[in-house]
Amino acid sequence: MLALIGRRALIALPTLFLVSLFVFALQRALPGDPFLVIAGEERDPEVIARLREIYRMDDPVVVQFFAWLGQVVQGDFGRSLRTGEPVLALILQKLPVTLQLAIASIIVAIGIGIPAGIIAARRKDTVVDYSASALALSGLSIPNFWLGIMLILVVSVELKWLPASGYEPFFSNPKGAIERLIMPAFVLGSGLAAFLMRHTRSAMLEVLRSDYVRTARAKGLDEDAVVNRHALRNALVPIITLSTILFGELLGGAVLTEQVFTIPGFGKLIVDAVFNRDYGVVQGVVLCTAIGFILMNLLADVLYILVNPRLRAQ
Amino acid sequence: MAAAGTDGLTGPAEPSFRPRPSVMARLVRNRSALIGGAIVLAFVLMALFAPLLPLADPLKSNFLAIRKPPSELYWFGTDELGRDQVSRLFYGARASLLAGIVSVLIALAIGVPFGLLAGWYGGWIDAVISRVTEAMLACPFLILAIAFAAVLGPSLTNAMIAIGLSAVPIFVRLVRAQVMSVKTEDFVEGARAVGARDLRIVLRHILPNIMSPIVVQSTLFMAQAIILEAALSFLGLGQQPPSPSWGQMLNVAKNFMDQAPWMSVAPGICIFLAVLGFNMLGDGLRDVLDPKEN
Repeated sequence: MLALIGRRALIALPTLFLVSLFVFALQRALPGDPFLVIAGEERDPEVIARLREIYRMDDPVVVQFFAWLGQVVQGDFGRSLRTGEPVLALILQKLPVTLQLAIASIIVAIGIGIPAGIIAARRKDTVVDYSASALALSGLSIPNFWLGIMLILVVSVELKWLPASGYEPFFSNPKGAIERLIMPAFVLGSGLAAFLMRHTRSAMLEVLRSDYVRTARAKGLDEDAVVNRHALRNALVPIITLSTILFGELLGGAVLTEQVFTIPGFGKLIVDAVFNRDYGVVQGVVLCTAIGFILMNLLADVLYILVNPRLRAQ
Repeated sequence: MAAAGTDGLTGPAEPSFRPRPSVMARLVRNRSALIGGAIVLAFVLMALFAPLLPLADPLKSNFLAIRKPPSELYWFGTDELGRDQVSRLFYGARASLLAGIVSVLIALAIGVPFGLLAGWYGGWIDAVISRVTEAMLACPFLILAIAFAAVLGPSLTNAMIAIGLSAVPIFVRLVRAQVMSVKTEDFVEGARAVGARDLRIVLRHILPNIMSPIVVQSTLFMAQAIILEAALSFLGLGQQPPSPSWGQMLNVAKNFMDQAPWMSVAPGICIFLAVLGFNMLGDGLRDVLDPKEN
């Protein structure tokens, strides 16, 4: 088992190397001289020359790349060109904000998507199935930033039920945090719920057709027991492989949701960095996201092996 | 008399074999494809004929009609510069559909050749292409598109390039997998046996046989590209003012939610319907063209 995990981790290494190469190339391809930004309005040639020396800009590109990679491996993702703060510190500062939103969205997505998928599969080709499928298709087609704006208009501006924007840490002010989380979590979670619903439905339909489910029914088990004890457990296994896709959707969606609800998280950090031409931050965020994504992939692989006895035996 | 009618009086029974209906006939019978196709067609017509319709100038400000609510004169109201929302929606359709088409073409133009190379030759070529593809897929789609847009600078053209480049790995993977399954077929062996060159086999024999999944994926990706263009424009990285696009209209509208809520409604509905149309058309095409379904 450990050997298998080690092998998967080894396979991830070239991908990580290529991602770092890509991020480095991105930095080199950026328009304009980033040192003009750091050097401030005076643009003192001496300062610029010193900065070029610090960042090894006069070395060959290959040397620059490996020097940069060496820093990254040691946890130094560079510095913000605007504030001079380490990018990793900035990301770690914003991460809990996005994490809070992500957890709430996952709760919404699982709470809606999986039960809806099970119900649609159990009532295949009925009005319930068609309605759930239509809702899922709509959920996948609605731009989440627009859904956010509509919710703010109705729930905050018209009904004045919930605050339209902002962020409160859950542990310092749970009530305020929940009030500010309901709408963004619904906005981000509903798209994921639609995605989960479609996959749960098709996985359940496949499992419900299988021989062991037929046997369970033939034994005289009632339908709830068949679904909950036999079908659901097996249908949920392939959904683990979707967790990486969900992670990507979550991060991408968070960028827009945080923008709509003015949440000072990871997504807002990258958008603000793009507009401030703070390429150090853009680069750091892309690299961190990619590393997170690769680790999620690895975790999904391992989980899949853990829950699937046949793969474990291999 | 095996073929005789069951009552023994009628002539030979109809043969059980019926020719398979054409793709178009099956598409027309598929409800999802039909509704999706109709929605897409409506938006295409809207985009194509916008300049021919008696619409107000979408760029011309009218300071006497700033933020007017929907009325008989202005069906969807006016924006913060007094421009007619209907007119901007029609012209915005052009930006959204153009972004969809161009980004799909970019993704196809790069993704298909690399997918063909990886799938056909295998070995180290496949290993290199696959690793690069994995590295690109290791970054969430929108963040990758934002990174490209940051490099290229904010504009509709650059947003289209960013979206197209971000989608390249999806097409590389799809085409590679399809080529790998088709290249072991007898007809490919046959082409090899008669001495056909690699390029000819790939272009004349393999590519036509893997077109269905490519068409389906392209249609579904159109939906994604429209949302992405709207998202990038919403963030200020796509279409730049004063030119209209649905995402850019929402970007402006979010600043006037209290004073002019109507500004946010129509552009979002247009994005939703266009994306829904392409998703339904793509789902329908998959039902019709996917060999497993057939």
